[in-house]
Amino acid sequence: MSEIFGDYLPDLPPGHDYLDLGFSANSRPIKNRWRNNLLSAYFVADYLATFLPIDEDDPAAKRRQQDYKASVSYVANELLENTMKFHSPSDEYPVRFGIHFIDGPEKIIVLMSRNTVTREAGDRFKAFIEELLSSDPQELYLKHLEQNSLDENSQDSGLGFLTMIIDYSAKLGWKFDPIPDHPRLFLATTLVQLVL
Amino acid sequence: MNFQEIKGEDYSVQYIPESVTVKLQGELSLTGSADYAPISRLLNDIAELNPPTITLDLTKLEFLNSSGISMLSKFVISMRKKTQIKLAVVGSDEIAWQRKSLQNLLKLCPNLQLTLE
Repeated sequence: MSEIFGDYLPDLPPGHDYLDLGFSANSRPIKNRWRNNLLSAYFVADYLATFLPIDEDDPAAKRRQQDYKASVSYVANELLENTMKFHSPSDEYPVRFGIHFIDGPEKIIVLMSRNTVTREAGDRFKAFIEELLSSDPQELYLKHLEQNSLDENSQDSGLGFLTMIIDYSAKLGWKFDPIPDHPRLFLATTLVQLVL
Repeated sequence: MNFQEIKGEDYSVQYIPESVTVKLQGELSLTGSADYAPISRLLNDIAELNPPTITLDLTKLEFLNSSGISMLSKFVISMRKKTQIKLAVVGSDEIAWQRKSLQNLLKLCPNLQLTLE
């Protein structure tokens, strides 16, 4: 059975614009691929800009568009970094990454990442998500930073999600699916919604 | 003590002793705290000298990931105890992540002087 947390959109509306990328994350060590995260984040942010036509003579609109691109680059990079860090290689499931552009009364960008995680890593991730959803994000952010500052070898995971919520007003949702052929793995999907 | 410039493919971290300024430039998205350790060490070594002011110049830092924000935050937290040193952070109003995220540093250390140019 799938487990859903937070603001998850089970079905993205049909007929919207999207870009969906797949990464075979198994081929090279993570360090060698790390720069690809930011390159891919910039790529989807540039792609987004094509759907936001602006009046070149309006400096405020131009600055707004630069802000949108910067927000998408930051969030996309954080999502990809997490996905690459926690992905548990299995040949059938490459890392998937997508950007969806939903044009309605509000323009919404949905960034999606999907990867496989081990049961253990998935359970730790779920525990973090539950803490995140039941806490004040600002307090949790400060708490994590204070804890990190005491621990030389701390992992910063989680801070990316917290900055998305606090600094970018993002809505986050997750889905964990069991994989019948791999009882030790989950398929984890993260959705981040940004309202433009 | 070694205050050499730290350089990567997309970024540089430069120490200017005359003004006790650390200039971070480019795009910083290293994999985690272990990779940020040389930059942390540089900042901590400068703080050990107990200068009256340390300035972090971020005006040309186009990108910083959350691990980098964490590294800066740790340094800011460590400076709370060093009340004799004034910490100044200079950023750019043109760079969106700085407008959005640098205010958080003030929550960690209210005495910090933050300027967005």
